[in-house]
Amino acid sequence: MSNNILIVAEGRAEGLKKVSFELVNTAQQLAAALGGAVEGVVIGSNVGAWAEALVKAGLAKVYVADDAGLGAFAPESFADALAQVIKLAQPAIVLFGATGWGKEVSARTAAKLDWGLVTDCIAAHVENGALVLTRPIYSGKAIAQVRAKSLPVMVSIRPNIVPPVEANNPAAPIEKVAVTLKEPRAKVVETVVKAKSKVDLGEANIVVSGGRGVKGPEGFAPVQELADTLGGALGASRAAVDAGWIDYTHQVGQTGKTVAPKLYIAAGISGAIQHLAGMSSSKVIVAINKDPDAPIFKIADYGVVGDLFQVLPALNGEIKKLG
Amino acid sequence: MAFNIVVLLKRVPDTESKITLRDNAVVTDGLNFVLDPYAEYGLEKALQLVEQHGGKVTAVLFGPEDAKETIRKALAVGADEAIHIVDPALEGGDAGTTARVLAAALKKIPFDMVWAGKQAVDDDNAQVPVRVAELLDLPHVNSVIEFEPAADGKAARCVREVDGERDVMVTSLPAVFTAQQGLGEVRYPSLKGIMGAKKKPITDWNAAALGIDPAQVGKAGARVEILKLEPPPARPPGKIIPGDAETAAKELARLLHEEAKVI
Repeated sequence: MSNNILIVAEGRAEGLKKVSFELVNTAQQLAAALGGAVEGVVIGSNVGAWAEALVKAGLAKVYVADDAGLGAFAPESFADALAQVIKLAQPAIVLFGATGWGKEVSARTAAKLDWGLVTDCIAAHVENGALVLTRPIYSGKAIAQVRAKSLPVMVSIRPNIVPPVEANNPAAPIEKVAVTLKEPRAKVVETVVKAKSKVDLGEANIVVSGGRGVKGPEGFAPVQELADTLGGALGASRAAVDAGWIDYTHQVGQTGKTVAPKLYIAAGISGAIQHLAGMSSSKVIVAINKDPDAPIFKIADYGVVGDLFQVLPALNGEIKKLG
Repeated sequence: MAFNIVVLLKRVPDTESKITLRDNAVVTDGLNFVLDPYAEYGLEKALQLVEQHGGKVTAVLFGPEDAKETIRKALAVGADEAIHIVDPALEGGDAGTTARVLAAALKKIPFDMVWAGKQAVDDDNAQVPVRVAELLDLPHVNSVIEFEPAADGKAARCVREVDGERDVMVTSLPAVFTAQQGLGEVRYPSLKGIMGAKKKPITDWNAAALGIDPAQVGKAGARVEILKLEPPPARPPGKIIPGDAETAAKELARLLHEEAKVI
């Protein structure tokens, strides 16, 4: 085993996700403490463009497992390919983005290699030579400090926790890895990207959410308009989802998505414990509610006591004026 | 085609509970414990499949003696029998050791599919069922919101929801599936179900019954350990912006732009 950190890059059709470059940032801090280098890996089919983007991120080396068998997502194949790269690279720590993809591939690979895995972390540091991770549990109602008893170990880090590194460094060397894959038993045969999810809720910088106060499906219109103006994602409370006003994929809370954007605007949401658990680590929280005693005001940085149907359109207009 | 289905259950505090900490542990006195909501979606799907196609639902729960109550709930809504993996020697581990324990249990039960939650709402690990699949050399499909078995009962077609996308996945059976919220409404137990659950068998298994090496599980087998539990950092007090909607909106936009610098 080396002292190196290996980051597992993740992409979509349009390119590498931002979280890949955030992982490099975290890895650089850990590598400085452990005295190792930061390397990256790209896995998939026809991923030359992803590799070209990653080599400029200031890495010592980029492993590329480019195989026709890694086109459509198949958990077994991706774990198999990654395990083969890890055996070659011998890293002390492997970092993933704590996305659905990252959590799934890391769990399968960790079991395959019999490694420990700490998911969904918000900080990582080295303490007396040991890796210590910070992760919210109970959706953030408590914060755990978790220690890896030994290395190697795998870790997934939430998106939007640290800034991404700039990809403007001299190109790192690429090492192509020929992987041997078996025919997977479970695989994606078709991807249906939901048209409604313009910005993925879990990774959005800005989230605007509506709750019981929107009063019906059409009440989400001003919430969506403000989200669009801000380039943010649309969220909802469980009350609004349970009422059938909006799809459950928008639900923020302990059941639903946990989010930590730089700006969270809660409109017509009173602030049930399970909702607060899912958003209270947002950087700035704005609450708009008619009820001055709503619990949401206790955790809000800025509150407006008023009718969301008046405040949201006015706020939308003012933000547009800012350009 | 009848299906033998195992559902992996977990006992967790109700999501409306406040979590209080003492000596780096969650204070459990007064907490209302429930069946994990995601596992509950998996249980519901298993019950529906057996209602449609025949077969048997076996609930498996790894947890302390107190969790019997949660197992009874699963039996009350329709699970046929239950296995309770209960042994202090198995406790105190991590996701890897939990997966090892569950995999050892599953080796002793014949099944066509295993259902679990996509994550548990207490430790939010989202890794145990996937690890179990790999340990048993089975395929898995995560975060399932639609499920249809093939006519011959040897494969399944799923829709899964992940990272804001929806994918259609196919898999052979047996396989491990994790349930996501959109999979369906869960049922509540009837009085008859609650009474009937008292007569259904719950079998206790300990480390010896699983034939598991104590060094591989519990605290000894864990690769990671919790050092400390803390409450989340308190947020500084906020400000209420006065005035009518127009005035407040204008001031709010200015504060977000100039003071908070988030827009």
